[in-house]
Amino acid sequence: MSLDEATVARIARLARIEVEDDRLPELARELSNILGWVEQLGEVDTNAVEPLRAVMPIPSRRRADVVTDGDRQADVLANAPASHDGYYVVPRVVE
Amino acid sequence: MTYTIKGATGEWEVVCGLEVHAQVTSEAKLFSGAATVYGGAPNSQVSPIDAGMPGMLPVVNRECVAQAVRTGLGLEAEINKVSVFERKNYFYPDLPQGYQISQYQHPIVGKGEIHLDLEGGDTKTVGITRLHLEQDAGKSMHDAQDGASLIDLNRSGVALMEIVSEPDIRSPDEAVLYMRKLRTILRYLGTCDGNMEEGSLRCDANVSVRQVGEDGFRTRCEIKNVNSMRFVARAIEYEAKRQIELYEQGGDVEQETRLFDSNKGETRSMRSKEEAHDYRYFPDPDLLPVELTDDEIEGWRAGLPELPDAKKQRFIDDFGLGAYDAGVLVAERATADYFEAVAAKAEPKAAANWCINELGGLLNKAGKGIEQSPIAPDQLAALLALLKDGTLSGKLAKDVFALMFETGDDPQKIVKDRALEQVTDMSSIEPIIDQLIKDNPGQVETYKKNPKVIGWFTGQVMKATGGKANPQAVQQVLKPKLDAA
Repeated sequence: MSLDEATVARIARLARIEVEDDRLPELARELSNILGWVEQLGEVDTNAVEPLRAVMPIPSRRRADVVTDGDRQADVLANAPASHDGYYVVPRVVE
Repeated sequence: MTYTIKGATGEWEVVCGLEVHAQVTSEAKLFSGAATVYGGAPNSQVSPIDAGMPGMLPVVNRECVAQAVRTGLGLEAEINKVSVFERKNYFYPDLPQGYQISQYQHPIVGKGEIHLDLEGGDTKTVGITRLHLEQDAGKSMHDAQDGASLIDLNRSGVALMEIVSEPDIRSPDEAVLYMRKLRTILRYLGTCDGNMEEGSLRCDANVSVRQVGEDGFRTRCEIKNVNSMRFVARAIEYEAKRQIELYEQGGDVEQETRLFDSNKGETRSMRSKEEAHDYRYFPDPDLLPVELTDDEIEGWRAGLPELPDAKKQRFIDDFGLGAYDAGVLVAERATADYFEAVAAKAEPKAAANWCINELGGLLNKAGKGIEQSPIAPDQLAALLALLKDGTLSGKLAKDVFALMFETGDDPQKIVKDRALEQVTDMSSIEPIIDQLIKDNPGQVETYKKNPKVIGWFTGQVMKATGGKANPQAVQQVLKPKLDAA
């Protein structure tokens, strides 16, 4: 599979990564190479193989429905660049 | 009656499916130990997992899994014994992880159905496509500060069930019936409190139109933010008319997400969201699939309460109620329980009638739910007994009922304190009748020509006795006396 420059630009936008236009050809080539390398796996016939859900055959754990956390507003906001009255403050986002 | 909209070129039909987000009733969140209670101080119900701190690992809440399965069973749906959590990737400030953990290819619940009670006693089945578990996002406030938005993550990570219907809905009214019925089922199951004001139940509508008789579906639009029963109907109606107008003017409907503006009663395009539709789902590597055993599923099934459809049928079969009355009574489990408690000690049809009309009326006026009824079921049953044995006339019973509602007193006490017993001893009434006939020779003459005037005499007797006489008994004495006068 090979990626064109428009696709790479779109992926970058979705991932919120700023990519200058002149970098696109190089990135498209590198990403295409990586995908091509991974695609070799497609040569193996896996029709009869169950998908691997976990490396270890352990049942998934479930937590009890009990409140064990919270009530730590100051901790939660400690790393926020800005806060106000217990809220995070972010640049205005409106539809 | 089929719902159609008349356009310039002919009759159009509405095709609608609903996506409902129902907040799971649980103490803690889907993957963390923070509380789910509504209305806490901002960011006071947030764990490092909900805040998207690096290195935190989610562990699924077992009650949320159980609640989703119970809901699936209540919707007569397939339960998938293996379901997978996936990451739905998008950026928004109220989603600190940068992805929502949801279920995509392998939801926990598959196809099911909901039965709607239409007017005139017909029923209609609406298919359920799927139900999956996912995390709620935080809450943004845009108007509190200039140039800034405020974010509260209390809701972030709360468990939601997304319940998707088939495009089986054909009118705004059917959409409302679907929402009501779904809400009733969820509340019976105790898996969601159904509180639309607090956002526990939120609805998006997929709407398209087609000409009557046309096969297949046309392009649909997704209408977001229809968060009350009233808005569901209005948003669908507006959107259908918008699409019909577009087609009839030679245009085409574009598949897009639209926002319902409840102030203006219209839908408008949310173009900014389109880019975000590439969610790049992939299985969440932090979570193993949810695997259910038959024992677990059967245990949850055994714990299900009687559901509204079954209860309604039982009320019809066992109590001889009409379908409409039975439907009203089962809409809320508390109302159905109340009625059953009354019906255990009184004539069921009378019990139904008083629960729906008299009690329902007073509760409505007082803005109270049946849980806050000042009249206990036993007290209503006692009142119906007084009515049945002739102690109270129908009119007096209603007066006593109003006093019971006001004071919470037993009917026997009210009757005794206020000397309200119906006068059944006719000997005390006969002199009143005799006097009345003597004083009103003109009315007696009129009666001879028009026997209906007996009603006037009965009314006068009732007045003279303060409403305590039994009108039928009065007439029985009155008629021969008038005929002989």
